[in-house]
Amino acid sequence: MEKRLQGLIEDFKKNEGNIISLLQETQEAFGYIPEEAIYRFSHELDIPASNFFGVATFYSQFYLNPRGKNIITACCGTACHVKGSDRIISSLKREFSLTGEQNTTEDKKFTLEQVACVGACSIAPVVIINKKVYGKMNSDKMAKELKALKEGEDE
Amino acid sequence: MNKNITIQVCMGTGGIAAGGSEVLAAFESLMREKNIPAEFKKECSMHKVGCRGLCAKDVLVDIITDDRRTIYQYIKPEMVERIIDEHVVGGNPVSEWEVAEDYHKFHEKQVKVVLSDCGNIDPEDINAYIAVDGYKAVEKVFASMTPEEVIDIMKKSGLRGRGGAGFPTGVKWEACRKAEAGQKYIICNADEGDPGAFMDRAVIEGNPHAVIEGMVVGAYAIGASKGYVYIRAEYPLAVERLKKAIKDARERGFIGKNILGKGFDFDIKIKLGAGAFVCGEETALIASIEGQRGMPRAKPPFPVHRGLWGKPTVINNVETLANIPYIIKKGHEWFSSYGTEKSKGTKVFALTGKIKNSGLIEVPMGITLKEIIYDIGGGIENGKALKAVQTGGPSGGCITTDMLDITMDYESLARVGSIVGSGGMIVLDEDDCMVNVAKYFLQFTQSESCGKCVPCRIGTKRLLEIMDRITKGAGRQGDIELLEKLSSDIKAASLCGLGQTAPNPVLSTIKYFREEYDAHLQGKCPAKACREMLTYHIIEEFCKGCGACLRACPAGAITGEKKKPHKIAPEICIKCGACFDVCKFKAVGKE
Amino acid sequence: MKKLKITIDGKTIEVPENTTVLDAAKMADIAIPTLCHHPKLTPFGGCRLCIVEIKGIPRPVTSCTTPVSEGMEVTTSNPQIEDLRKTVLELILSDHPNDCMVCEKAGDCTLQELAYFYGIRENRFAGERRIYEKKDGNPFIERDMEKCILCGRCVKVCDEVQGVGAIDFTYRGFKSKICPPYEKDLDCEFCGQCVAVCPTGALTGKQWTMKGRQMGVKEVDTVCSYCGTGCNITLHVKDNTVVRVTSKEDTWHEGWLCIKGRFGYTFINSPDRLKRPLIRTAPEGQSSPDPLSLFKEASWNEAFDLIASKLSGIKSKHGADAIGGLSSARCTNEENYIFQKFIRAAVGTNNVDHCARL
Repeated sequence: MEKRLQGLIEDFKKNEGNIISLLQETQEAFGYIPEEAIYRFSHELDIPASNFFGVATFYSQFYLNPRGKNIITACCGTACHVKGSDRIISSLKREFSLTGEQNTTEDKKFTLEQVACVGACSIAPVVIINKKVYGKMNSDKMAKELKALKEGEDE
Repeated sequence: MNKNITIQVCMGTGGIAAGGSEVLAAFESLMREKNIPAEFKKECSMHKVGCRGLCAKDVLVDIITDDRRTIYQYIKPEMVERIIDEHVVGGNPVSEWEVAEDYHKFHEKQVKVVLSDCGNIDPEDINAYIAVDGYKAVEKVFASMTPEEVIDIMKKSGLRGRGGAGFPTGVKWEACRKAEAGQKYIICNADEGDPGAFMDRAVIEGNPHAVIEGMVVGAYAIGASKGYVYIRAEYPLAVERLKKAIKDARERGFIGKNILGKGFDFDIKIKLGAGAFVCGEETALIASIEGQRGMPRAKPPFPVHRGLWGKPTVINNVETLANIPYIIKKGHEWFSSYGTEKSKGTKVFALTGKIKNSGLIEVPMGITLKEIIYDIGGGIENGKALKAVQTGGPSGGCITTDMLDITMDYESLARVGSIVGSGGMIVLDEDDCMVNVAKYFLQFTQSESCGKCVPCRIGTKRLLEIMDRITKGAGRQGDIELLEKLSSDIKAASLCGLGQTAPNPVLSTIKYFREEYDAHLQGKCPAKACREMLTYHIIEEFCKGCGACLRACPAGAITGEKKKPHKIAPEICIKCGACFDVCKFKAVGKE
Repeated sequence: MKKLKITIDGKTIEVPENTTVLDAAKMADIAIPTLCHHPKLTPFGGCRLCIVEIKGIPRPVTSCTTPVSEGMEVTTSNPQIEDLRKTVLELILSDHPNDCMVCEKAGDCTLQELAYFYGIRENRFAGERRIYEKKDGNPFIERDMEKCILCGRCVKVCDEVQGVGAIDFTYRGFKSKICPPYEKDLDCEFCGQCVAVCPTGALTGKQWTMKGRQMGVKEVDTVCSYCGTGCNITLHVKDNTVVRVTSKEDTWHEGWLCIKGRFGYTFINSPDRLKRPLIRTAPEGQSSPDPLSLFKEASWNEAFDLIASKLSGIKSKHGADAIGGLSSARCTNEENYIFQKFIRAAVGTNNVDHCARL
């Protein structure tokens, strides 16, 4: 971790420093933004840690906690909404036993995310499983994909 | 048998989701396997193309031989071999897989400017763009026009910002040109955040060079040496294609140092959004590029005077920029021959929802909504009745069935309390509850409020709370009036466009569908869409006792023996609707 | 500087270029309500109370962010504007504990005062409130974020004036919160500038709690004795006890204070404080767990006599140069002057120095 953070700091100094880009690269490297990284950046770059925390909590794509191995993103755009995305989401929540604002399963195998719109409205409702886009989703299709994912997990 | 053959596979996000990559791979490997190019001495090319609008029929494949274009729909990899054997080799198209009349009707009334090359050329190949006169606009302005002349053409063309506000592009450029500063910027706003709008994604995925070319022309006109594209990270494919396009354009000298040897420098950087709808607002976008929280600031001063890093900055939307090369090449008279008196040119709309032909369309401004819904869209899905069309996304409003003759332009839509906005167009049918739809949009804007100003931060929260209790059957007398009062105050007092327009869906639905609100206050959702107001029961004569609902019920509210009608215990039922969804015999009723 | 002529509520005035409408109104003695604005900090435009109408602009604009332009015609108050202000205030109060009865800030609270002037009693918009159960454990500053109206003054004073950046806006929308990174306890210089600029009871001094608000509290202007900077402070005194220290904005240091001036006042009423001179009675080298037992209390005359006799003794035995004087930055200029005069003229040596020079 030490080495990668140092690399990110060097890049930041070389390019026009930008907190958002730095956090994006940090997340790319670690899958989330570790607390250690923020304090390290703050110390080395002489930028208050509060600024990093403020930016990281403003944008919905930054994660302050590790995420699950498989990431399922349900689109909640308008077209998806009128075509029943909330039913897909609530069934996924039941499937993963997620309550309240929790979005990662206890075993850290799955993370369920909701995104405003992925812009694939004409194939609504849309679900993205590990970066692959699935259109015209329904509970049967979803169950099939999940089964495949879980089997992959067990192997 | 000495024909040229071009095979085009639609590979926008929609095409790829439907299996476009696999279809193209199948063509490539089978053609090679069958040794077709060599054997038939055919000039054979196979490539991907961007979105041509009708993603619902993906994967779409075009096969162009010398004399004709054949379009196939719903193509799967296993269908490829038959197409090659019968069509490519045999010369007889597989007619049962060809697109039907609705595909042609979908395109008949469209006029493609922005999307003219989208879906025809390989977006990852700069030569393909150059082959269709790409970068000719840049060559033209550098060879023979002063920046003032470019601005003059933009003003005469009547092009207005396609991102939502509809501000005249030429006027914006002129203000920035006149601002005195050593450094100026041009920013392409590709932070397409409206749920239900995806034209910017399609344009960048389908023809990224047009956007780059528009930026170069704009940079020359205002005198900017640096440009940024601020693009949503939710569009990975668009980002990837744009990155490649910028690299290719730089290698060819269309951007970079000393462009076309004319001593003008301009380069473009990509900045990825990090997930905040409010960053579509100009000043928030600027804050975000600077690396800060995307909180808007008050205007004036406007970005054309004090923008990025305090320097004069023009921010144009993707669709606006993609219009520019065509206007420069074909002239402002050509462009302004489309549209109405005050709204010139064409507009791309994302036609989605309960419509047969859902997709991306480009139409001349001034076309009627009726033409869009019935001629292009093919009418409502599943034989249901049209209820309303929502335009302009979370900042817009709805248009009712008795207003279908309305023309699509900035002024007409404003008159009925809606907006063109970024071009989202959601078709709603009798099963959609207008109160629920308004609540949906409000939920979205409320969760995207940056929190800086009071009316938006707390006001939209309160609006949502009122909408929430109405859709749960707990509305109070006077709630509708309270919604109206609070909405108009939020609109008047909010800092930025997000808050100023967030109440529009509420106001618009109250205006045209007040009776639905009244019904909710009396405990009924006429469209049977508001879950909490419904009760579920089993219709005994239809129930086969299959047990599907029993297994699906997360609350254990359903009991029954196999092959005998089941029962739902209303006191246990959590009204999730799972039983309704799984029942194949329509035996679950909701009231 | 270029002057611009503008009209505010019918009054025509000339103001310098780049003046904001809010400041121009102030010059014309027209009061506009504000919550997030602070004259020493960059404009924010978040509370929306200072909205005004400007002829030719279709929607109300915030006067704190809008610069004047030649010929501008401004209306600062009319029924529509007042109605909007009332809605905005009601919205703020709908997400506020409204526990003025027990709030430290009552009587000196801008929000309370505005609610009073706009006569807000019922709230049409009552709804969910932000609830923060975790309390900040730092020793000086009480941070009751449920009372925070997110005006951002604390964030800006910490960044723009103090250059620390201990806190920032975090999260967004209704969940926005001003806090240190990771919502930890505040860990900063504790200068308390944020407390000074907070317009509500969100930020107060922990030492102030239950010591007295406005009634029976007398304000005494004095000079801080901690260093030679000499900041003007105001002691808030109740029953002859200092309960709070503030500083006024129209002082030469613009009302800014440091941790010592603002929070270091409890010594005044401390039972351990030495109020009279002590003369050591115990022999040299002796120590005790109770140091005071080694001394006896004396009168000032006794103490001065002792100093004079000791100094005279040293001077006659070893010469004046055997004596040196060290003065303090905590003394005023006048005191320091007298001290060096005393060492030079009365003692007769140039061995005099001052801690600020070291």
